[in-house]
Amino acid sequence: MIAMNYRGPQRIRVDRDTPMPEILHPQDAIVRVTRACICGSDLHLYNGNVPDTRVGETFGHEFIGVVEEIGSDVTKLKVGDQVIVPFNIACGECTFCEQELYSCCHEANPQATAAGGIFGYSHMTGGYNGGQAEYVRVPYANVGPMVIPEGMHPDDAVLLTDVVPTGYHAAEMGGIQKGDTVVVFGAGPVGIMAAKSAWLFGAGRVIVFDKEEYRLDFVRKYAQCEAYNFLSISDPVVFMKKTTDSLGADVCIDAVGAEASGSKLQTVTGRKTLMQAGSATALQWAINSVKKGGVVSIVGVYGPTVNMVPIGNAVNKGVTIRGSQTSVKRLLPKLVKHVQDGILDPKAIITHHIPLEEVADGYRIFADKLDNCIKPVLVPPSANI
Amino acid sequence: MENKAKDYSHIKGWGIDADPKNDPTYPMRKRENEDHEGYSWDRPPQQPVDIEVLHSIERPNVTAVFGTSRPPRGLSGKIRRFAFRYGEGSFAHWLPLVMADRVDVVEGILDDLRKGHLPNIWAERGMGAEWKYNRKGLLQRMAVTTALTAAVIVLLKRD
Ligand SMILES: NC(=O)c1ccc[n+]([C@@H]2O[C@H](COP(=O)([O-])OP(=O)(O)OC[C@H]3O[C@@H](n4cnc5c(N)ncnc54)[C@H](O)[C@@H]3O)[C@@H](O)[C@H]2O)c1
Ligand SMILES: [Zn+2]
Ligand SMILES: [Zn+2]
Repeated sequence: MIAMNYRGPQRIRVDRDTPMPEILHPQDAIVRVTRACICGSDLHLYNGNVPDTRVGETFGHEFIGVVEEIGSDVTKLKVGDQVIVPFNIACGECTFCEQELYSCCHEANPQATAAGGIFGYSHMTGGYNGGQAEYVRVPYANVGPMVIPEGMHPDDAVLLTDVVPTGYHAAEMGGIQKGDTVVVFGAGPVGIMAAKSAWLFGAGRVIVFDKEEYRLDFVRKYAQCEAYNFLSISDPVVFMKKTTDSLGADVCIDAVGAEASGSKLQTVTGRKTLMQAGSATALQWAINSVKKGGVVSIVGVYGPTVNMVPIGNAVNKGVTIRGSQTSVKRLLPKLVKHVQDGILDPKAIITHHIPLEEVADGYRIFADKLDNCIKPVLVPPSANI
Repeated sequence: MENKAKDYSHIKGWGIDADPKNDPTYPMRKRENEDHEGYSWDRPPQQPVDIEVLHSIERPNVTAVFGTSRPPRGLSGKIRRFAFRYGEGSFAHWLPLVMADRVDVVEGILDDLRKGHLPNIWAERGMGAEWKYNRKGLLQRMAVTTALTAAVIVLLKRD
């Protein structure tokens, strides 16, 4: 089959002779992929910033598809079902799954206890091949996958595997109360969804920061919010204080993560030399611009070692910091309904449909923000939809 | 800020998920009593461990399922095995892994060559897209790289 194949930092290609995935566990299913996105999280892998990313892996944690084969213990799916597959691999039985912390499942990732299992996301999250391929093995098929509701557009469905729940979760973790001022760092797919979701919790004001003018234009219209370019602001934290009565925002959301720009020191130590687990510029700004007693919600992804953040300020200001990988399964029923009710319109953020065979160009377009790209979707030749 | 007077009717779904009880100072823990009993759940059946799986020393076992994309091999594999002797909080775990990743890249190229495949780095880096959408930037970068390389060569040749 055809699959994306990682060869090293910023080097990927399509491998036409990738072996077909097989059922390796009674609760496995094999899914034929019909859509697979490239995510901001994939850029951390692409740039070689996630330790234990091995040459030859296939990435891809945002995909939908058709069930082709099921293991002997799979009861909730049948061959032919079209499914949304959450990016987390979760057993549904361990103490963390019991608490609906599916992103923290303890039975899916042997390599690290500090992270759950994720499709196509290095050996730091279990060493699974991902969905940027024609076929993929889906473990715990009774737990994660959800049958795509009648009539749902595949482009909406594929964004429910990660982007929509993660944006929503970012706002949810903020504990937004009616009238709160919410600042979102990052106008990528996740930040855009976070801004949009903030209103659902009753935000009074939503402000987004980024450096890409086309993304700021998009989020202004799509999420009906204010949006500013931090490149044209000498000190984003001071700017934020000034626009919020000098007190700061009630809630700050980091939807940027390790690839952040905006501070030379952070960039050199976090992205160029890997002396810290990614550049923590957005998180630094978030902690410094939140109001005392406020909440910082982190969905931006960082590596496993350490980061330079102003933790002293967080303490002195009495800030609550909350972060997690999204437990997609917990949020799916509610968010499917929001999409069906027209409250959320995920597919509007998809700017590119790219044949899986051109995956290397797809990564380049998304990573370098070429051609006004917001969200690219890969379509395998065998997708047929 | 005074927000009460504001009208949000232009925003679809405004406030529908508002939840005054969502108090972030107590994160989403929903523990029942039995959740305090530690490693006590009924484990799913074990996926046969018929490849080498490195597992964190912070857990007693291999998880019930695991990925099989790339078992450790070669020199990078040796380094990875060494790294997994240390806990997840330790630099002795992560730094060797980063090093192993880089060694793996070289091994990947050697492997390609052995199979008679010359990696097309231009295509692998997606430079076709850069050429199509950002030709000016790409040419500028190439010019800078060429100039720097030339300068280095000149410097090295001086004495
Ligand atoms: N927690 C989760 O479950 C989860 C799930 C999906 C994605 N993520 C993470 O969310 C982050 C965003 O994902 P995405 O797909 O939107 O990525 P993206 O790369 O498309 O977007 C990031 C945006 O941040 C902007 N940016 C860079 N530095 C900034 C700064 N200092 N301040 C403000 N904006 C800045 C970039 O210009 C870019 O537009 C990534 O770190 C990704 O790994 C987390
Ligand atoms: Zn993602
Ligand atoms: Zn579990």
